[in-house]
Amino acid sequence: MLKQFNGKMKIKDFLTHLSGYQILIYTLVILIFLLTIAPFCWLIISSISMKAELLSVPPHWIPKNPTLKSYKEILFGGARTTRAARYFKQAVGNSIVVAGSATALCLAIGSIASYSFARLRFRGRRPHLLTILATQMIPAVGIIIPIYVVMMNLRLLDTHLGLFVTYSSFVLPLMIWIMMGYFQTIPVDIEDAARIDGCSRLGALFRVVLPLAAPGLAATGIFAFIVAWNEFFIALVLTESKAKTLPVLISEFSTKFGADYVMMSTGGVLASLPPVILALTFQKFIIKGLTGGAVKG
Amino acid sequence: MGYLLILPSMVVIFSIIIWPILYSIYLSFHQLYLVRPKEFPFVGLENYLKILSNRVFWAAVGRTFYFTGVSVGAEIILGLGIALVLNQDFKGRAFMRGLIILPWALSSVVNGMMWKWIYDGRYGALNGILLQLGWIDSYKIWLADPKVAMNFVIIAEIWKETPVGVLFILASLQTIPSSLYEAAKVDGASTFRRFIHITLPLLRPILLLLIVIKSVWAIRDSFDIVYMITRGGPAESTQVVTFYAYLTTFKFLRFGLGAAISYLITLIILTFVVFYMRLVRTESLYAETI
Repeated sequence: MLKQFNGKMKIKDFLTHLSGYQILIYTLVILIFLLTIAPFCWLIISSISMKAELLSVPPHWIPKNPTLKSYKEILFGGARTTRAARYFKQAVGNSIVVAGSATALCLAIGSIASYSFARLRFRGRRPHLLTILATQMIPAVGIIIPIYVVMMNLRLLDTHLGLFVTYSSFVLPLMIWIMMGYFQTIPVDIEDAARIDGCSRLGALFRVVLPLAAPGLAATGIFAFIVAWNEFFIALVLTESKAKTLPVLISEFSTKFGADYVMMSTGGVLASLPPVILALTFQKFIIKGLTGGAVKG
Repeated sequence: MGYLLILPSMVVIFSIIIWPILYSIYLSFHQLYLVRPKEFPFVGLENYLKILSNRVFWAAVGRTFYFTGVSVGAEIILGLGIALVLNQDFKGRAFMRGLIILPWALSSVVNGMMWKWIYDGRYGALNGILLQLGWIDSYKIWLADPKVAMNFVIIAEIWKETPVGVLFILASLQTIPSSLYEAAKVDGASTFRRFIHITLPLLRPILLLLIVIKSVWAIRDSFDIVYMITRGGPAESTQVVTFYAYLTTFKFLRFGLGAAISYLITLIILTFVVFYMRLVRTESLYAETI
């Protein structure tokens, strides 16, 4: 592999002390970098471009007059698109309520369940654990029809409650699985010490173990929030107008507001901000969550 | 005690996942046409016979396997390559490893919308780039060609899903002790041979795991991405089986028939789950937990 770069290497090495191997690596890294960000960058550029610049052939890759007009319109309403703005804010509210409440419930009941799986030895532990592992992989399409029929009969279609309940069941198995990893890293000795000092098992759980596991639980919560925030299929089926979440609204943007590419891109960028910011800020935790338990060490 | 703590979670999981799966079987043996909800006759295996003899269904299943096979294969090969690069020493390594998560954080809806805009026949960025590079003479309506539309959908899926594989493989690469490589170097093994004889065998469990769970995810995600980019078109050329089930149920309101289709999809996925469970046991993944 080095031979191939020998010619180049002499010059480059002389100039920058980079070896052929390093040039290869940096070239690949730059390529990966560009492929990773280019599509999303184009979405951002589209959202701050003037329409005429986007629609020229070929498009202006760097806008000459970048503008935040579309952001203002979608967030605060404008002469043209007050309707879009109203829908958008409502959808943001719905997404926050549904994703937030599902995450909260799952943290509450999932954390004690995963503690139980991680620490306690009881009959039926293994079959229950395997059930959870299996349900984690069941796709929404396999169960959406019965859920739709039940929600229809309970008059829970197009409500926050209906979505919240359904999302909880989807996020829960995943969360239990990830959180088990965190509970296993807490030494048993600490818990034993608390119990010798007179704590009951539940007391030790709430006063000692849960506070120690808190960072891990928070990270799992963030992971779950992103998954719920981005969910589309269930929301598409179970909502119609007032409980519509952001992904469903975005999916309608192209048809509802004509072919307004600037507005469409703006909506897409805004909808992506929470998950992108959370993921980039808490990347280490997210990576742990994604790979949770699958990789030892 | 243990039961008490898992009880709330198990109640939620059973009532909203396990019970619906069973109810879905029950529905699939009945005719339920939502326009006439009062009629709910038992029809036995009729729904299944109708579907299994339907060419549209089998075409959709074939497309689903094509979508899954190509996207998962590409994601794993690309993921392995990118992970190997990001595992080297270079400046900005931590930054790149963090950034790689970006496509994963986008929702499938935004991802679909974004790529549909890139592929756009009149103003799309893909046309713009290819024209400037001189590879095409005039703008092309890429998504109008039934022969290639699916491949464009697959590219969008690959872009979004590759990072997950990269992260899994990177995490796994870091558990390989460097002493193994040093010993091999002393013995005179080339980079390529070290990769074949050390890296690959040690990555085997994680690669197998990725193939299984990514296949399940791809079947699941195929709906979102197809819905956003092509809605099954042109000429049904991207109609995957999840989309077919959705149309039957929620557009044509044939709930009994839809339940039968979605149950067949669940069966396909369950075979993957069985493989997954077996991997968990034999490849000592999750060994300490279970």
